[in-house]
Amino acid sequence: MSVPQEQDYVGLTELPSMEKGSDKFSQRSNSGLNLKATELRLGLPGSESPERDGAGAGKSAAVCGAKRGFSDTINGGSGKWAMSGNGGSEAGLGKDGGLFSPRGGTNPQTCLGASLAKDGIPSSPKPLLHEKKPQISAVPQKEQVVGWPPIRSFRKNSMASNPQKNDDDAEAKSGCLYVKVSMDGAPYLRKVDLKNFGSYQQLSSALEKMFRCFTISQCGSHGISSHDNLSESRLKDLLHGSEYVLTYEDKDGDWMLVGDVPWEMFTASCKRLRIMKSSEAIGLAPRAMEKCKSRN
Amino acid sequence: MNYFPDEVLEHVFDYVTSHRDRNAVSLVCKSWYRVERCSRQRVFIGNCYSISPERVIQRFPGLKSLTLKGKPHFADFNLVPHEWGGFVHPWIEALARSQVGLEELKLKRMVVSDDSLELLSYSFPNFKSLVLVSCEGFTTDGLAAIAANCRLLRDLDLQENEIDDHRGQWLNCFPDSCTSLVSFNIACLKGDVNLGALERLVARSPNLKSLKLNRAVPLDALQRILMRAPQLTDLGTGSFVDDPDSEAYSKLKHTISKCRSITSLSGFLEAAPQCLPAVYPLCSNLTSLNLSYAVGLQGSDLIKLIRHCVKLQRLWILDSIGDDGLSVVASTCKDLQELRVFPSLPFEAGPSAVTERGLVAISVGCPKLHSLLYFCQQMTNAALTTVAKNCPNFIRFRLCTLDPTKPDADTMQPLDEGFGAIVQSCRRLRRLSMSGLLTDKVFLYIGTYAEQLEMLSVAFAGESDEGMLYVLNGCKKIRKLEIRDSPFGNMALLKDVGKYETMRSLWMSSCEVTLGACKTLAKKMPRLNVEIMSENEQEFNLDDGQKVDRMYLYRSLTGKRKDAPDFVWTL
Repeated sequence: MSVPQEQDYVGLTELPSMEKGSDKFSQRSNSGLNLKATELRLGLPGSESPERDGAGAGKSAAVCGAKRGFSDTINGGSGKWAMSGNGGSEAGLGKDGGLFSPRGGTNPQTCLGASLAKDGIPSSPKPLLHEKKPQISAVPQKEQVVGWPPIRSFRKNSMASNPQKNDDDAEAKSGCLYVKVSMDGAPYLRKVDLKNFGSYQQLSSALEKMFRCFTISQCGSHGISSHDNLSESRLKDLLHGSEYVLTYEDKDGDWMLVGDVPWEMFTASCKRLRIMKSSEAIGLAPRAMEKCKSRN
Repeated sequence: MNYFPDEVLEHVFDYVTSHRDRNAVSLVCKSWYRVERCSRQRVFIGNCYSISPERVIQRFPGLKSLTLKGKPHFADFNLVPHEWGGFVHPWIEALARSQVGLEELKLKRMVVSDDSLELLSYSFPNFKSLVLVSCEGFTTDGLAAIAANCRLLRDLDLQENEIDDHRGQWLNCFPDSCTSLVSFNIACLKGDVNLGALERLVARSPNLKSLKLNRAVPLDALQRILMRAPQLTDLGTGSFVDDPDSEAYSKLKHTISKCRSITSLSGFLEAAPQCLPAVYPLCSNLTSLNLSYAVGLQGSDLIKLIRHCVKLQRLWILDSIGDDGLSVVASTCKDLQELRVFPSLPFEAGPSAVTERGLVAISVGCPKLHSLLYFCQQMTNAALTTVAKNCPNFIRFRLCTLDPTKPDADTMQPLDEGFGAIVQSCRRLRRLSMSGLLTDKVFLYIGTYAEQLEMLSVAFAGESDEGMLYVLNGCKKIRKLEIRDSPFGNMALLKDVGKYETMRSLWMSSCEVTLGACKTLAKKMPRLNVEIMSENEQEFNLDDGQKVDRMYLYRSLTGKRKDAPDFVWTL
């Protein structure tokens, strides 16, 4: 298990013990969201490496040496298909790649395996640098040979979709509740751990801090001398005033106004947050103003 | 014997329960045939196309329990096209028409439609038991019909079926008067279930012994359900994820400790390692443990759990347990009889995959082992020889190296000697699956020593027709032979055509067999159905010299089947 192998797709979960030296290659969970990399940091946004989750595109699909391309299965350890010297495997090979070509009823991903095989055995595996959009739902499996290893389709399918859900739930239940926060007009999103806050007030202060940079630029050039105070109050005005409305998406996929329900209920049902321009939130904004004013 | 009245014979035959024994009884003489057939209640049909339902009903008018198998075994691995066949509907129609008093139906690898289930549900007033294994074609609507109409339902056991989940309220279709459930397995359902309806169903089923939940049942619901069913002996959990500090979790721990009857545990379709301690109190009583779907558990979690399981007889687990974990199994589970180790990452290699070392450790610690399914990274002849010596009692031995033609990891030799040792030592071996680099020699060993062998699975093995011939000539009791991607051809196929009538079926795919040979075979043996399958119909128009992609032949009294799709050609 040596160098990174070429990959055609996003595969299965990593084994935790495998680590690559380079920090570019992070452990990739199946949802493509690596929580470590999306940790809340108080530095100025934008000063981080481009791997922040907010960049939108999936994380690097680079994986550790645990994954082996088809070539490695041939090369590594036992030797090649054709080397055995006995007729057996050669005859299998001799079927014009029929060994590897997709056969009836299988998923299209077998073509990937086929294309790898037909290139022969690559001499040096290409490093894994291309970014891939992570596939969250049923991860395609790399079938080097159709129907091998012989596992019932039901088992194969259920294990393909299992790992991600498992990770997400396990992590969610183990004490953190990271949700994405987007702000209209901002170039990238942030993430916050709702478990870090005990009330709406704390949440909104944290969001203020987080999105300060975007709103400062919108304050325009007013020749503000004492940045922090004025920008904070300015930001507050913006957030709690008529410029922006804080909304969230709940479990059912509906967009709700933040603040209606008790805090615990909110954290249980909130899937993501959006700082919405009130010009978009017509009808919500007036209530938002009242609520915020009554809270403040 | 002629002087015994029929009632006496019948009474004696009541003690003869196995299908084979009863088949043998029926061959003794005409009066025994007559008495046997009228008194037979349980019938097993290994290939649903071997006989027509009408003939079965005619011969066994007292039929109460029917087991049917449809698609060939390799259908499990996507080698059989989707619409090949195996429809249960004609059977249910025939049974309903003849007003058979059907009580139990067990189906494996068959296509079941909602219509079939509906017809089943209201045609047989005494219907009690439905077991579906690896079936497909139906939805939760069909299950709703079963729930609603089968008043005496005792077993609903759904194992690894592809069910279209309409997320309806099918559980609500069980009437309040349904209190007879003994076994209820919905683990393969992918959608949500109405938890309230489920809890109420469990609450009104005092005889419930086996309950297997699906992933949509969270931990807190599991706790409430277990409160209602402390008499369970067989439990399959759904989702086993929660915060260990939560109240729900501590409630569950308390409830579980009251379930002293559970001897079989499975599920953990989603599992958080930190929740596992809740089941520790059960472990010392467990005889059967299936963690083969618990992807979320690491080797260390599994090892901690297994250390408590001293009475274990059957273990299904993922290879994340590792060789070291298997050593722990070997030292803890002295009564182990059946072991299945599944790959957690089937298409890649990883450090926690198991090797020959784990298997050897098991063989040393668990001499009672008789059933094995082992997916491993690598194997050696030395290891197999040791295993053969330590465990001479194997009945089922299935070994799968993730690389199908991998040789001995130490010597780079073929694994012929290792498998040879297995068949030589395990005289009771009935089922064998091999993999790894294999020449004709292994088949010589099999033909010579595997006298009791009934089922053989071959993949990427052998060098010439001799290999296949060794098996056909030597294994007198072989019933099912399935071969893929091996260089066996016409000579082997046609050498002894009469042999195939003594077998249930032969499957050959990606071998060297040509269309012409198959035609010859079909012509010589009219009581065999020789089916050729292709991707497109063009293959049928090709000449006789063309190699056949997939051939499936089976003995049959019904002749060519009428429900074959276009891509299947019965010669």
